[in-house]
Amino acid sequence: MRIQKNPTDETNSLDLMVNMGPQHPSTHGVFRVVLWIDGERIVKSEPHIGYLHRGSEKLCEDELYSQVITLFDRLDYVSNLNCELAFCMATEKLMDLQIPDRAEYIRVILCELNRIANHMLFYGAYGLDVGAMTPVLYGFRERERIQSLFESVTGARMMHNYIRIGGVKEDLPDNFERRIATLTEQLKRGIEECDDLLSNNEMFLARTKGIGIINGEDALDFGMTGPSLRASGILEDVRISEPYSIYERFNFGIPVGTAGDCYDRYYVRVEEMRQSLSIIEQAVQQMEKGPILANVRRITRPPKGEVYIRTESPRGDFGVYLVSDGSDKPYRVKVRAPSFANLQTLQHLLRDAYVADSVVILGSIDIVLGEVDR
Amino acid sequence: MAEKLQTPNNNPKRPRRPPEIPTASVKLDEREKALQSLLPQVLVDFEFETVLAVDEVIISIKPQDLPAICKVVKDDDDLNLGYLRCISVVDYIEYLEAVYHLFSLKKRHKLVIKVQLPTESPHLPSVVSIWRGADWFEREGHDLFGVVFDGHPNLVPLVLYEGFNGNPGLKSFPFHDYKEW
Amino acid sequence: MEINLGGNYEPGLGNTPADSIFDKVLPNAVTCKSKELFALARKSSLWTLSFGLACCAIEMISTHMSHHDLDRFGVVTWPSPRQADVMIVAGTVVKKMAEPIKLLYEQMPDPKWVIAMGSCATNGGPYYKSYSVVMGVDHLIPVDVYVPGCPPRPEALMYGIMQLQEKITKDAKESGRKTSDS
Repeated sequence: MRIQKNPTDETNSLDLMVNMGPQHPSTHGVFRVVLWIDGERIVKSEPHIGYLHRGSEKLCEDELYSQVITLFDRLDYVSNLNCELAFCMATEKLMDLQIPDRAEYIRVILCELNRIANHMLFYGAYGLDVGAMTPVLYGFRERERIQSLFESVTGARMMHNYIRIGGVKEDLPDNFERRIATLTEQLKRGIEECDDLLSNNEMFLARTKGIGIINGEDALDFGMTGPSLRASGILEDVRISEPYSIYERFNFGIPVGTAGDCYDRYYVRVEEMRQSLSIIEQAVQQMEKGPILANVRRITRPPKGEVYIRTESPRGDFGVYLVSDGSDKPYRVKVRAPSFANLQTLQHLLRDAYVADSVVILGSIDIVLGEVDR
Repeated sequence: MAEKLQTPNNNPKRPRRPPEIPTASVKLDEREKALQSLLPQVLVDFEFETVLAVDEVIISIKPQDLPAICKVVKDDDDLNLGYLRCISVVDYIEYLEAVYHLFSLKKRHKLVIKVQLPTESPHLPSVVSIWRGADWFEREGHDLFGVVFDGHPNLVPLVLYEGFNGNPGLKSFPFHDYKEW
Repeated sequence: MEINLGGNYEPGLGNTPADSIFDKVLPNAVTCKSKELFALARKSSLWTLSFGLACCAIEMISTHMSHHDLDRFGVVTWPSPRQADVMIVAGTVVKKMAEPIKLLYEQMPDPKWVIAMGSCATNGGPYYKSYSVVMGVDHLIPVDVYVPGCPPRPEALMYGIMQLQEKITKDAKESGRKTSDS
């Protein structure tokens, strides 16, 4: 802690510099933010990232296209399937490939399940940030159910490596319909239970309502996307504005908040879980039997060109800019991570906030350091 | 003695020629076509070249025109490109290229702006005053590729540790030579 | 049971009051070395430093939760390094993060152990060609147990913690522990 003189203050007071270091129970990973505080108010904040910079973008230039999918898995390590989907869609768009219908339905079902799992993790971690120790156990209970279904379909709990260029790797197991029917029932009850536990709790409302308010235009100026932007009142969802895959065939709602505070950012995500469940039910009904992988070669060599694909990841607008020179390895892969842009708003949000609220505000933006640092 | 089997690989009469590298086909939809026709009217004072990629309209401009063009496309009512998605830097060994992806929420069309830069001392004016979200993207481009954005308020290393030598994003930067020990 | 302290006792014969008490009052006493006793106490209540770096952290959190409970082994995650026994390095170690890791390791009081969880902490993992990744956390701090996997399953992490518990007892039995309390 260092004491620093505030040059603009006439009362000759001193600002305290506090370091919320890379190892901190509530910084959601290795993230460091330095706060200058005056009493209980934050005067200035300076985020430092790069403690998880693994150089994924440069590594992608030396790997085959099917090996790059494993690197993309580890970017946003909570919603892996969405990252894989973005990269595969970028390559398929370059190659102008037509994906079989059943593969598209499988992709959508798994991505929406991943969205629910992600929001359950957010719910649990946000409860911990606010000070509630119970929601995390409920959230992870639902997550375990989803992860065991993932294990039966893709073979792994977390790093699936399942969505391939041209479709998906393997067909669904035989008991999938039965399992997904029970799972949707359990998840419905689970979401209601989680909502009941935290959303109307008086202490939770006192800690999150009116805290960390950001205007819609300001958020868009910073490049914020996803549930955090929708909580500020702007209806912007990639699934609606630039539909990809088969999202046009489904009927679902987009929750939009009004106030732009932490509570809205939390509740938009809870509502999104319910909408994802409805998408999954519709997809399971509409799905038919068929092939699951298009006719592709083992080593993909897309034609020369460049493409930018964006998908709606649970955190926002996940973009992949792929430049190909015709060989079997990508020339340049640039990942536009939603948490990277969302985290820029932290400096704006933490101005004139209380120190005790800094953790709540950081938790509501929902960052994952794997994709911030790449 | 058996004759060597004449396969395409070792047939001397039909030497193996290197395969041609195909280019990705271009498919623009109506919004992008409308945007393409709008551009010459809006960007009257600037020179630019239009290229078409897979489903995007790309304009290449000069580095010093960048802030002015960005302001025009953001404020114009027909274009209304108010959302800066991404700033990337690509290393094509003879030159560097900064790529700006823009999107319009109201009109739902997108545009790509490309700026070519020399490899030695690449300088580019910053667009932080136009979109505040360009801040960290430019810092990252500076870190990994060495591109200097003039006018940026705080161009310090973002993702690399202080004291890192070199710009790892460039193609000339080697991969780690891992030896099992 | 009768407590008979004996009328005519003689040392050396085995009928002093101390012997009688030992035989009659405390029939279930167990003798062991103090080191083994302390090792038993330490292994049954390992407090881990909550130090999740990357993807393996999510599996580590899953292991602490109610499905694969780690609390039944006495393992509690604690944020402060001054009060932690084990540091589970879960995730990729990046060169920028190397100095904080060393600082945290030095802040932990003896006896301390380190578990390297995941292939990134073991030897760099899928990022072995990268310019900014430390190829394994054992370049920085001494590691006791390596748990392979990408990410390792919660059961694998539990097995790793159980192996660490066995290591603690074995080290105490052999009394060759380099960071012992004697």
